[in-house]
Amino acid sequence: MRKILVTLLFLLFGTSAFADCNIKSGSINILANDFPALRTFVETSKQCKGSADFKVTHSSEHNKIAVPALTANPSEFSARIAANSSIVPLMNQDLIRPLDDLVKKYGKGIQDSQLITIDGKVMAVAFMANTQHLYYREDVLKDLGIAIPKTYEEVVAASEKIRASGKMQYPYAAAYKAGWNLAEEFVNMFIGHGGEFFKSGSAEPNINNAKGIATLNMLKKLSELSNPDYLTHDSEAIKVEWESGNVALMTLWASRSGTLLDDEGDPNITKATKLTGPATVGGGNIPAATLWWDGFTLAKNRSDADAEATFRSLAHAASNKKMVADAADQAVWLVEGFVPGPKSIGVIEAVKMGAKPYPMLPQMGLMHGALGSEIVEFLQGKESAEQALKDVEAAYISKAKEQGFL
Amino acid sequence: MPNKTFFWFFLPTGLAMILFIGLPIISTGIQSFYAQHDQVVKEVKKCDPFGCTVSIVVDNEETSKIREAKPLGKFNGFGTYTDRNHLAVDEIKKFWNETESFGAFVDQVTNLPFYKALIFTLTYCLFVTPNVLLLGFIIALSLNAVARKIRGPLIFGTILPMIVTPLVGSLVLFWMIDSQGIIGANIQNLMNDPYLSLKSSKTLTWITIIIYGIWHHSPFAFVVFYAALQTVPQEPIEAAIIDGASRFQRIKHIVLPHIYPVVTFVALISLMDNFRVFEPIIGFSAEGSAQSLSWLIYDNLVNEEVILFGSAAATSMMTIIGIAILLAPVLIRTWKEFKTAR
Repeated sequence: MRKILVTLLFLLFGTSAFADCNIKSGSINILANDFPALRTFVETSKQCKGSADFKVTHSSEHNKIAVPALTANPSEFSARIAANSSIVPLMNQDLIRPLDDLVKKYGKGIQDSQLITIDGKVMAVAFMANTQHLYYREDVLKDLGIAIPKTYEEVVAASEKIRASGKMQYPYAAAYKAGWNLAEEFVNMFIGHGGEFFKSGSAEPNINNAKGIATLNMLKKLSELSNPDYLTHDSEAIKVEWESGNVALMTLWASRSGTLLDDEGDPNITKATKLTGPATVGGGNIPAATLWWDGFTLAKNRSDADAEATFRSLAHAASNKKMVADAADQAVWLVEGFVPGPKSIGVIEAVKMGAKPYPMLPQMGLMHGALGSEIVEFLQGKESAEQALKDVEAAYISKAKEQGFL
Repeated sequence: MPNKTFFWFFLPTGLAMILFIGLPIISTGIQSFYAQHDQVVKEVKKCDPFGCTVSIVVDNEETSKIREAKPLGKFNGFGTYTDRNHLAVDEIKKFWNETESFGAFVDQVTNLPFYKALIFTLTYCLFVTPNVLLLGFIIALSLNAVARKIRGPLIFGTILPMIVTPLVGSLVLFWMIDSQGIIGANIQNLMNDPYLSLKSSKTLTWITIIIYGIWHHSPFAFVVFYAALQTVPQEPIEAAIIDGASRFQRIKHIVLPHIYPVVTFVALISLMDNFRVFEPIIGFSAEGSAQSLSWLIYDNLVNEEVILFGSAAATSMMTIIGIAILLAPVLIRTWKEFKTAR
């Protein structure tokens, strides 16, 4: 009897990979964005916390907290789940530590392709990829005999057709909320037009040109096909629009597909929701989208013991085959053992089409910020495209001068 | 009260004010004269799951050396104050020389972030403050006239807008004016325009925020006025009634002069509060159409991944100066009255 019990217990614990989770001390405190895949990731790393203290803050306002919280010494968080853009301010301020030693010691299951190296040093370990791509309503497109759009010009044409049919008034949606989201849409579209944000090798802005104008005009056309409140809509708001059946074409993050296709909401809409790759624009062959990775970084201003404990628990998740199998539909995991499912189509197509990663440049945050506020008036029809781009460049230049980039 | 007693009474408050208000303002002021050091960048190889590229990063070793030598940053004098994102001195000169009509000049100037924010802030102040005073006074008068029994619940109901957290209050209204919300959808029906949106039009957004501001701030004026009304002596009012004065005449000639100092006080506080308008902009997600000075500070501190301390500090200082200018007439008047009263 006792033997059976022991064997059973063994089986129970044997199943979850407790490979290297013998953490004896230290405290772990993680700052992360708030979407399902990241929650899964952090939960998985929690299984490996051993006897360490474990705390996590999931917040969509993570960008606002990160730099101040990591500047403190000792810093509030021992780890920050960052992405291509949000690692930059941490690098600029020298707030994260190189991970080479820890990877060597504890990073057995982590693949080389997951390592983010800058100047030869591992600064982050990526675990998932993300991008913005098209979602469409199969039933609506089929009814009207519209082919799945491959370019934004086709998206516009399709949306106009849907509107003309009287089925939907605002058939297109994308996160155009003034600020970060709107700027991100500009970045996507500008890259789709083959634009470069800075003159090569310098921090001088380079957006006031034909490509910038084409980008703005496309954004404007799309905004006219969107709900008039588009300037207040973030990813969550357009997801709600979609689920209420008001939208037939949408550009949204791949990481949101999980909640879009879950059992909540109208089953007919969920059934007709289909994913496809990001669209191209202006005859270009690379998609008007940026590739993103999400990965973890460790705070510099924290004791080595905490860093070690944090790395071990996060590495457990970043190399966890069981997690990527169980949560295969939550994200495109970069972890070994991931088999892409139907919800990963967007990212995989984007990579195949040669999408570019979001530019990891020290001054990019300033450009992104300037875009988010200065192109609004153009979309509202109060300003010409040239004037809007001139404003963006001027706003950027003032900020970059203050920040010492120019 | 003898001066000595006053001094000891005031000391704890005074110390706290110096410590928590005075010193931070001085520190902000100093900060506003500095900018970041020139960034030392180097070209390195960066690899991520999507491939490798060669691009620039900030050279942390070099930067930390410079920072240690001069932790405050590079002295910039009034450079931040006069740059395009603040007073934009050079730009304004240029517009003045280049534009043909005064209208075009104004257009160009109001397109600059600081002036755009200043105009919204002033508009908000000018519309909200008088309306708050007026509405607060009318509510106080009416409540003062109703039967004592129902006064309690009525007062509670009236001050509710002030109890509701500004952010929550604005969010509630934000959802109501959504194009599918109860107010938004009805306005669309009423105007017979399916594209009408309170949130996308700049003017309508401003009006919404101003109405919200009046709704939120009136209870404060009401509470103070109501308290003041309780101190109005009954004899002169009775005398006036006997003399045949109408209700309006009684209010104009007896009540208003009596509570006049309180009106000044409420006006001062409202002006100060309104000049710092901020929460409704966030609550209404109105960043696109309406920016206030406080919002600019917030934007510099958190909206960018790179924090602009110098910019934020400069805008803060100018907000303080702005409040001082706005309050000056009222303060001077109060001071003169105080002098003549002695």
